[in-house]
This record gives sequence, structure tokens and C-alpha cells, in this order.
Amino acid sequence: MKVRMIASLLGLAGAVMAPFAAHAWEPAKPVEFVIMAGKGGGADKAVRFIQSIIAKENLGPTVLPVNKPGGSGAEALLYLKGKEGDNHTLMFTLNSFYTTPLRQPGLEVDIETFTPIMRMAEDTFCLWVNTGRKDGEDINTFDDFVAAAKAAGDKWIMAGTGKASEDNLITDFLNTTFGLDMKYVPYKGGGAVAKALAGNNADSTVNNPSEAQGFFVAGTVRPLACMTPERIGLFADAPTMKELGHDFVYFMQRTVVGAPGMSEEAATYYQDLFTDVFNSGDWQEYRKKRALVGDPLTGDDLMEYWKREREIHRGMLDKLAGK
Amino acid sequence: MVEILALLADGFGIALQPLNLILIVLGCSVGLFIGAMPGLGSVNGVAILLPLTFVVPPASAIIFLAALYYGAMYGGAISSIMLGIPGASTAVATTFDGRPLALQGLADKALITAATASFVGGTISVILFTLAAPPLAHVALVFGPPETLALMLLAFATFVGLGGEDIWKTIFSICIGLVLAAVGTDIVSGEPRLQLFGLTGFFSSINFLVLAIGIYGIGEMLWTIEQTAKAGGVSMLSRATVSVRRALAHLRGQLALWKATLMGSLLGYFVGILPAAGATPGSMMAYGVAKQMSGNPDSFGKGNPEGVSAPEAANNAASTGSMLPMLTLGIPGSPTTAILLGGMVIWGLEPGPQLFVDEKAFVWGLIASLYAANLFALLLNLTFIPAFIAVLRLPFTILAPVIFVLCLVGGYAPTNRMFDVWLILVFGFVGYLLRKLDYPLAPAVLAIVLGPMTEPALRQSLLMSGGDFAIFFTRPYSGPIMVIAIVLLALPLIRHLVRRYKTG
Repeated sequence: MKVRMIASLLGLAGAVMAPFAAHAWEPAKPVEFVIMAGKGGGADKAVRFIQSIIAKENLGPTVLPVNKPGGSGAEALLYLKGKEGDNHTLMFTLNSFYTTPLRQPGLEVDIETFTPIMRMAEDTFCLWVNTGRKDGEDINTFDDFVAAAKAAGDKWIMAGTGKASEDNLITDFLNTTFGLDMKYVPYKGGGAVAKALAGNNADSTVNNPSEAQGFFVAGTVRPLACMTPERIGLFADAPTMKELGHDFVYFMQRTVVGAPGMSEEAATYYQDLFTDVFNSGDWQEYRKKRALVGDPLTGDDLMEYWKREREIHRGMLDKLAGK
Repeated sequence: MVEILALLADGFGIALQPLNLILIVLGCSVGLFIGAMPGLGSVNGVAILLPLTFVVPPASAIIFLAALYYGAMYGGAISSIMLGIPGASTAVATTFDGRPLALQGLADKALITAATASFVGGTISVILFTLAAPPLAHVALVFGPPETLALMLLAFATFVGLGGEDIWKTIFSICIGLVLAAVGTDIVSGEPRLQLFGLTGFFSSINFLVLAIGIYGIGEMLWTIEQTAKAGGVSMLSRATVSVRRALAHLRGQLALWKATLMGSLLGYFVGILPAAGATPGSMMAYGVAKQMSGNPDSFGKGNPEGVSAPEAANNAASTGSMLPMLTLGIPGSPTTAILLGGMVIWGLEPGPQLFVDEKAFVWGLIASLYAANLFALLLNLTFIPAFIAVLRLPFTILAPVIFVLCLVGGYAPTNRMFDVWLILVFGFVGYLLRKLDYPLAPAVLAIVLGPMTEPALRQSLLMSGGDFAIFFTRPYSGPIMVIAIVLLALPLIRHLVRRYKTG
């Protein structure tokens, strides 16, 4: 009897250990998860959400989020670069992952040295206007927008997040493509941008859907067009730029990166871990609610994706600087 | 009105459920401790404990974290008063007069003042929150960059009189603060700037708590050591006493402070509801205004209890106020509410204009719990005052090294950067020297708090108007605030000139 009990206890212990034992390497201490942005922003929220999924589903180690927002992500990039060979440091990135090293070559950060773990999602962008504008004008379609913005000239205010940010690059595209002269006013973070539009302190924004969603549901703001390949289910009335005759698609990556020179076993471990996170019901629900797209990408595929995106951003930045 | 009371009654039904009551008690206690630990503020507390909250329903989770936020506001005052180190950024203004009171052997008076003022501020703001959330949310929404700038200017104006007699030394101190505030990333251009000596650490802005802990923690300790040595090795702190009779006398004395407390509560609440401001500038402004309003402004900074009650009432009122834009607009009013917002997403809620409509139980349960959290935090705080006082009876030779370690830990904890520890030491030493030379340091601290909010507001406004300063005067909210600010700014100058003219 006793023997059987011990045996079953051992079996139980084995069952508990099993998911971990499958790996050649597992973390020996809590894993530091660097966020390239400040507290409360989209990236920060995503990391804290991932942290809670890992804890809730008991998927892996304790994760410690650390915000390093300095210098448009420069601080975070340098920090990760300094962690060469470290198996316990990860980073959650945005598109400043490409633009900051391009704009500040002095950092000597080469993103090809970093360890690709997994792309968790791509965030999308839409063009938004207020439904109750101060001048009483009702802007319902993208054509209305172009006409109104053209008439207003440089009095038309586009609010966005920081200069040379994703929002700025899209604004620049709209200005050059449609012959507009919108003035770009930077705010600290997408939430503040959404609020500026809702309070009529700006005429338009190119917020991520998640940032404008609350005001959209309340009927304060309206999407006119989305920079996506297909219409977004939540805003089925808003056409894509492609439908409007302009092949413009723009995403923001939400990707997990490892320190340079991370061991292969560790990289595999984290790829498996984030695959589990990706497949969890909570993350799938989150993607749906936030209108996130993008398949999971790992390893070499992810590296190829980075190189491609970096070239796209190099071109966009050159155009922005050339103006 | 009847409808609001009915909703509030439902809210109490939720807040007073046994699980939620336990969470309120737990949250307040943990918050009090976290707030009292230098450097560990409500931001860290909420961030650390957030992942634990998914085991309870959303209403209980937010009740727990809000109680923690609240408790931290009370707790921040404790180390500000007892040790001269601000326990949290929101409690920096409390050191200005709380610390001198403790040095005079009146630590019990300062602590009781802080606790009761916090209670009054918290309660007034919850009542305002209950009665007028939607219209105030509208004010917060239309408050744009020009309005923010006007408000910031008003804050600076209330502080011009904060330094000593020497107005040039005050201006010098403000300028130092503004230069330090400019370090980091330029938000408009996105470029790093003022990266002093090419050090990587200056990539990000100087956390203002680092300056405050340096000046008020290390600098203060060096100063005390010098004074103690002068006094023949007798500790200046050992006179702290507490008794029920004294406590009752101090409690009665609170009535005399009603003006400062009430002003702090209202000001704190209104600053709190403005997105991106939060409790720290709210408490700073309340201190400045209390001094301006006082019949005896010279006694501020030397142990005037009004200098404790105004900022303490304000920081609690502001912490409640900052939940308003969080719930109604989905915009954080303070760094802590930014994390709470993230939490709401994790719990499957959508913060924003629809929350008051769709999630009545969540919203009103939270509001009702704030009433309860307030009362509990007051009782908890008053009960523990004798224990806090006992700390001060430790010999200074033991206390000083402990304070020193707490300062360094407190500087490291919020950012995990060793760089900040070195900065604290530098600021501490320089702060000590400046103090010996009789430079007022509070204006520098104010400048590093308000600078990072003022500059983007100014630049965004001028971008909006195409460089036209008229934008600050033609808008309905910013115009009047701007005029008041300019009058207040000019007042000391006029007074100064008149006095000069009279004397000769």
C-alpha cells in the first residue's frame, strides 16, 4: 500500500516536472523582460499581459518586466547589447527596433546580432477623425478628409507619438501622396494622442485600433481608412488604403527578442514558451479584441522579416529627412 | 442625484462583501508599508502585485490595488517626516515642513496632521468623484496643451515665493532644476539631448525621485551629522515623544488647519483629474498655495503644520482624482493609474467612455471601496504612530547608516539602474553644499517635476498655433488660468519693488 502511494506520488511529481524536463535548458532564475517603452503604453500593457498568462497557465519561469524607454529605445537596445551571451534577458520590441539604430548610428547597435525569439503579433494603424468637430464639419469618408485637410493647409493638425515614430512616417506618406500639408504635433504615447483627438485638440490621428477603440465605441471618433491588407472586422465600414487605390500597408511589430549570443538551447526554450503563450486562449482573445494581426514568426524567418522591415524603414526615414 | 445614490448603495454592497473588505485591509496595509519605504512608491507596489490579481474578480482586483495606491499615499508621509527622505514622489512636499517638525520633537503632531489631512482630502475627493464624474471627465478631455501650460505656469507662480528672501538664489535654483529636467529624450524631435559627459545613463531623463532623495535624504543627513557634531554629539532626534494626551491635543489642533486642508483637497483633486499631471505636482502646488495664503509665510519650511496638511490632503485627493480620466477616458492621470489601466485590460475590461455604462458594478464598487479604504487607512495610521515614533528614539549613530542604506535602495528600486545610485550621491553632496550656502532647494525639485510637463505643453501649443502666443489667451479654460498665473508671478516682483522704493 505504502509502496503504491510513494509510486503514485513519484508519478505525480514526474507529471509536474514533465513539461520542463522536455527541454535541454531551462531558466535558473527569473527572466528579465525589457520593454523598449514607458509604463502604460501598448508594449508595456502587452508584456504585463504576457507575464500574467505565463503565471496563470504555469507555462514557465517568473518574468520581471523592466521599462527602459530612454532615447526612443536606445537605452533598451544598448542594455540588451551589453547582455551578450546572457540567457535570462529578453526584450519586447516595436518598430523603434529598426528606426533608432538607423537614426543613431553612433549607438553601434546591429539588430542582426540579437537572437530572434518570436513575433507575437503585428499592430495595425487606421486614420481617425472626431465625429463632433469644432467647426461642425462632418467628415465621413477618406475623400472628405482629403478635401478638408487640403483646404485647411498647415492649420490641419495631425497628432502622433514622437518625431520619426510610426505615426510620423504614416503622416508623411499621407502628406506626400495626397498633396497635403498637415502639421504633425507629437504627444507622449498613443493614449495621449487618442485623447487629443477626442478633445478636439487635433484634427486627425493614425492611432492603433486599441488606442482609439474606447472613443470609437462611445461614438466620439471614427475610422476613415486602415493601413491593412484587408478590412478590420471591428471597423468593417473603413476601407483599406489599397481599396482607395494606394498600395500602402504598415504594421508595428510586437516581437520578443533575446540578448546577442544567447545559447541555442535557451533560444529553443523561449521559442517553445512563447508558442505556448501565443496559443493560449487569453492571447488569442487579446489579439482579436485589439485587432492585432500577424502570424507567429521564429528563428531565421523572423530574422529575414527584420532585415526586410529595416530596409523599408531606411527608405521611409530617408524620405522623411530629404524633405 | 437619486440615481447616483442608488448606484453608490449598490457599490457599497460590493465593496463591503467579506472578500473585498479583506482585500481593502490587506491593500491598505501593504500600501502603507510600500509607501513608507523610501523609493518604493505606489507605482512599484501596483506593478509588483498586479499579476497576483487575476485570481479574484475584476472588481475585487481593482479594489485591492486602489486600496494599495491609497495606503501608499498615507505611507509616503511617514518617512518624509521621520527620516527626511520622501517615501514616495508624492510625499516630497511633505518633507518641507514635516521634517522640521520632527526635529523640533513634534513628530507625533506632524504624523497626526498628515493622517487626518489625508483622510479629509481623500474623502472630499471621493464625494466629488461620486457626484460629478461625467462633467469633470469632459473638462479633462478638452484640456489640451495650452491649458496644461497655463496650469504649469500657475504652479511655478505659486512657488516663486517659496525660496528665501533672496529672489536671485530662488531663480538660480529653479534654473538648475530646469536644466536637469531637460536631460534625456526630446519628445518633440525624438533625439537624445543634454547627454552629459556622454554617459549612457543620461539617455533617459533624471528620475525626479533621485534628485529628491539625494537632496533631502543624503544632503539632509550630512547636514544633521554636522549639526550633531556641533552640539557635542547629542542627537537632534532623540526628543521624540508620544502620549495619548498629546495625540488628542494634536487632533484638536487639526481644526485650526481647515483652510489649508480644504484648499489642498480641492486643488489636489482638480490637478489629479487632468491627464498626465497626478499627485506629485498636485501636492507641490498645494504647498505653494498654502504658503501664499498663509498669514505667516515665513514660518513655512520651519515646521508649520499647514505645510504638512496642504500637500498631504492634496496627494490623496489627487490619487482619487487621477482615477477619473483612467476610468472615463482610458487615459492615465498618473504613473500608477497607467499600470492600473494595463491591469483592467488583463481583467478583460475596456477602460473608456463606455465603462460607466457597461460595467456599473466595477465602477461603483471601486468608488464605494475608496470610502472604506480611507477610513481604514486613517485608523491604521493613527494606531501605528507610537511605533513610528519609537524609531526616532534610536541613537543617531544607528539611524544614520540605516537612512543612508534606505536612500540608496530607494534610488535603485524604481529603475534598477546603478547609475541612479551614483547620481543620488552626487546630488546629496552638492545639495549639502548649496544648503550651507543658503540656496533654497525646493524650487529645484519643483522645476524637475514640472519641467518635463511644461516644455512639451509649450511646444505642442506653439506647433498648434503656428508660433502664435495668442493661443494661450483665446481659449476658454487657458485664458483665465493664464491671467491669474501672470498676476501671481508679477506680485512678488511688485512687492519687492515697492519695498525697495519705500526703504529708499
